[in-house]
Amino acid sequence: MVTILHEQIETDVGPIPRSGDGLWLSPKDLMRATGFELKPEGLCRDAICVPVPKGRHAFATDDAIDVVGFWHHLGHPVVHDETRSVWVLGTAADSRRQALESAEAPDFTLPDLDGRPHRLSDYRGRKVFLVSWASW
Amino acid sequence: MWQKAQDDLAGHGFTVLAVALDTAEAARPWIEAAKPTYPTLIDRDHHVAALYGMINVPEAVWIDEGGRIVRPTENAGWYDGFRSRDPVTGAMPDDVAEATARAKRVYMEAVADWARNGAASRHALPPATVREKVRGSSDDVALAQAHFRLATWFLANGEEARAAPHVAQARRLHPESWTIFRQTYGRNDQGLATGDEFRARVAALGERRYYPKVDIEGMP
Repeated sequence: MVTILHEQIETDVGPIPRSGDGLWLSPKDLMRATGFELKPEGLCRDAICVPVPKGRHAFATDDAIDVVGFWHHLGHPVVHDETRSVWVLGTAADSRRQALESAEAPDFTLPDLDGRPHRLSDYRGRKVFLVSWASW
Repeated sequence: MWQKAQDDLAGHGFTVLAVALDTAEAARPWIEAAKPTYPTLIDRDHHVAALYGMINVPEAVWIDEGGRIVRPTENAGWYDGFRSRDPVTGAMPDDVAEATARAKRVYMEAVADWARNGAASRHALPPATVREKVRGSSDDVALAQAHFRLATWFLANGEEARAAPHVAQARRLHPESWTIFRQTYGRNDQGLATGDEFRARVAALGERRYYPKVDIEGMP
């Protein structure tokens, strides 16, 4: 079993053994870990579908997706620990910048000290002064 | 300071939303002592820093009633006064103390002006200006954030040795980030990550600010 960290989602998955450096997942595990769904037209999340290239650059078959190949194809960084048991599917600088340049403040959900989740978008209707701090 | 803004301005449809780029354990005593009436969230993985391009604390983003950014990430009114403190007595020269107080005052007056006047405030920026002011990022920064995420996951699971190489990579790939550096740097008796390496990094800034000058009229 391996753990995949993507944005604020943490998912334990059972990779499918294949040769090479990839990390092959069932369509169901890919969906759980990243929100991307394998469809006839490609790998889709929200309104976006990414076609899967054919031949030696193919990162998906009918029943498995190499999430490393897919993530690199999207231009996002991937890191893992030395035992390849914990993986981070990161987010590219361009994607971060585009989100900030769009009209909408990127949403997030974080707990308070009591563990109660707060979502930024719950504060719609108010002016929000979002400010960072730390004990250190 | 944030509490005063909350007290004065909540009636104008305004709220402070504080995010601790920190562990719950380290943030708890500060929150319990201050008892803020505004929400204070715990962001162990510095997710908000990655989303909003934050590299230090305090940094702020102003978000209007419709969820649109009207001022992107910037220093929230701090001044580099600590760099002029006498190393023995801790005293700050009068002019530096004055500038430190003025920076906070001018910044908080701008926050208040926005809270009261919304889009009509001259400090609420139009979308084109917001886009121009969004900080640049890079592939290295994105990779650093991924390594940092892996590091915080191991740290949260008590595996410091497995976190260490990813802490090192995150620091190397994103040297401008004080949040990554200080979160993962040793603390003194007061819990502050202000040891020799921190002081050397600050000294290496030279003329550059640790808390960059905010683009608001009257800021020192």
